[in-house]
Amino acid sequence: MSSPVIRVENLGKRYILGKPRKPAKDLVGRARQSIGGSFEWLTRQFKEPAPEQILWALKDVSFQVDEGEVLGIIGRNGAGKSTLLKLLSRITEPTAGFAEIRGKIGALIEVGTGMHPELTGRENTYLNATLLGMKKHEVDARFDDIVEFSGVSKFIDTPVKRYSSGMRVRLGFAIAAHLEPEVLVIDEVLAVGDVEFQRKCLGKIKGVAKHGRTVLFVSHSMDAIRRLCTRTIVLEGGMVAFDGDTKAAISHYLGSGQEVRTEYAITPPEGSDELLANVYRLCIEDLDGNPAEEIPVGKPWQVRLLFEVHQPIRSFVAALALRSEAYGTVGTTWSSPEDLSPGRYSVVFKEETIHLAPGRYSLIFGLSLGDLRSLHYVEDAGILEVQNYSIGESVAKRLSGVYTNQMDNKITKIS
Amino acid sequence: MHSSAKSTRIVRIEPTQGWGHLGLGELWEYKDLLWFHTLKEITSKYRQMALGPLWIVLQPIINMILFSFVFGTIAKLPSEGVPYPIFVYTALLPWTLFQNACTFSSNSLVQQMPVISKVYFPRLIVPIASTLSWIVDFMISFGFLLLLMLFYGFVPGWKVLFLPLYLMWTVAFALAIGFCSAGLAVKYRDVNFVITYGLRSFMYLTPVAYSASLVPDQWLWAYKLNPLYWVIEGFRWALIDTAAAPSWEMALPVALTAGMLVLGIYLFRRNERTVVDLL
Repeated sequence: MSSPVIRVENLGKRYILGKPRKPAKDLVGRARQSIGGSFEWLTRQFKEPAPEQILWALKDVSFQVDEGEVLGIIGRNGAGKSTLLKLLSRITEPTAGFAEIRGKIGALIEVGTGMHPELTGRENTYLNATLLGMKKHEVDARFDDIVEFSGVSKFIDTPVKRYSSGMRVRLGFAIAAHLEPEVLVIDEVLAVGDVEFQRKCLGKIKGVAKHGRTVLFVSHSMDAIRRLCTRTIVLEGGMVAFDGDTKAAISHYLGSGQEVRTEYAITPPEGSDELLANVYRLCIEDLDGNPAEEIPVGKPWQVRLLFEVHQPIRSFVAALALRSEAYGTVGTTWSSPEDLSPGRYSVVFKEETIHLAPGRYSLIFGLSLGDLRSLHYVEDAGILEVQNYSIGESVAKRLSGVYTNQMDNKITKIS
Repeated sequence: MHSSAKSTRIVRIEPTQGWGHLGLGELWEYKDLLWFHTLKEITSKYRQMALGPLWIVLQPIINMILFSFVFGTIAKLPSEGVPYPIFVYTALLPWTLFQNACTFSSNSLVQQMPVISKVYFPRLIVPIASTLSWIVDFMISFGFLLLLMLFYGFVPGWKVLFLPLYLMWTVAFALAIGFCSAGLAVKYRDVNFVITYGLRSFMYLTPVAYSASLVPDQWLWAYKLNPLYWVIEGFRWALIDTAAAPSWEMALPVALTAGMLVLGIYLFRRNERTVVDLL
């Protein structure tokens, strides 16, 4: 019976890029350019931009969000996440389509913006809160809560320029968290602040949703998305590539739509250069060479690259790298240089214990010569799925980061 | 359950067709922000300075001394029988307010870009707060004028009661120009130069340093279209009783100011929608 809190229909945002211009070589040409350039804005007002100057940062985006939902928005840089948030929080206007939001929308984009260093914490609280759309009497009523939540009560009458950056962020978040809008928009706030404060924030966000309010959450941290969001949208090139269950969305995003398999066929590199060597297959296996779909944390695994050498090669090197979408490149391994004659080969990279945290990792390989001239290099060649730690759900769920290793430990009573 | 009971407002976000509306209702909703933003403008201006509020009076005083020397002592311009310092200071008071309000409100959007690009609020608040903050400076300079007048043995009469109206007119005119230029200034930084040089020449079209009685009769009709002519004459009339009293001739420049103000808000609103994209 209840209508959606947010309804987005074919929302689009077009940007017009500046024309790249080559500086003229001679003096006369340059003078003409600099004088003509001053009047360029005139022609720009009336001329329709060339198609190559148009960039749709967001195109035909439609979705609905219900009350109490925590919607995650993920995507690579430039996929349109920030543009979407900017449109929804009315910072800029769309070019096409529309969005309807029932109730007040509060944005938590980079907390602490709008704070003035010369003003005290108290003055900044009022300034920032009204900036976010609160009325003075509302701030009066919540002031004590805000200060307590931020944990800077001792310094509330000190100019903010004397605050540490952490204190500033805490005060900023405390203000925004007490805004109580129907829709809360959050963009990468959890990247700052200490762990204790991050936990407080996550708790607050969960609390906001429990009270029937709606949260839009943009983050690069798959961990935070996984823990908070009931539903997630994946943006790719300004369009909605996936909309649904968070777990499925994350794997869609990490795999960019690729399914997890044990074997990946690899196409030879393009280009006019003479092909010296190329990989044609990548396999993920256990140490016995059996295909392995998922590797449990702490277990052995290996990657097999099958490649063909077409010409005799001196000091050939094969390399393998792992990348996590959330954290970036995890590590790279190199084979020792060898001279190879034409034929088919296999190279195996193996590890007795996998120290990666549960999640998906993308595999990157490269074949090169000793002088690092690349012969065949492919990103996202395959996907490694690392499974939860086997000692039990409760522990596994708290593993975060990329590297996980159960260190030897012992609890001893010392007094 | 709670949401069905209360009628929540639906905000529709879509491309604006045509000129849109003035958005004054929303401005009223954010009046508390306007207040705190103005306070911020005021406190941040002087908190870090050793001399603080002294700078406020210093600007018109230095001008007063320069003008008295150049125009009063060297050029020997008539000052209607009033000591030249007082004669010029009464005009410098509204002029300085106008000049600062224009310059700073024109540049205010550019200055506030870091905030504007992250949070939505009615952008009109930015130039308004910037303009209003200069009223404090005006008040302090006004206090100094009263001291100056007492020193020269002048006591202002009941006509000072008209000053708030003239003050409002000055602010409205400054805002009108600020609105027109603030949005444009983000796109074209040239606007700030136009404002700076424009104001410099505009001062000579306004009876700040000289008496309006020096203006040739055949130009007087055009000269009187300038709202600041009336403001400055009004200040002199109210404080030292030398210049033109309010008259029906004011109707046209008042209407001009009002028209420019509305046009300015429209222009501003047109620019503000996508101002963030210009970065």
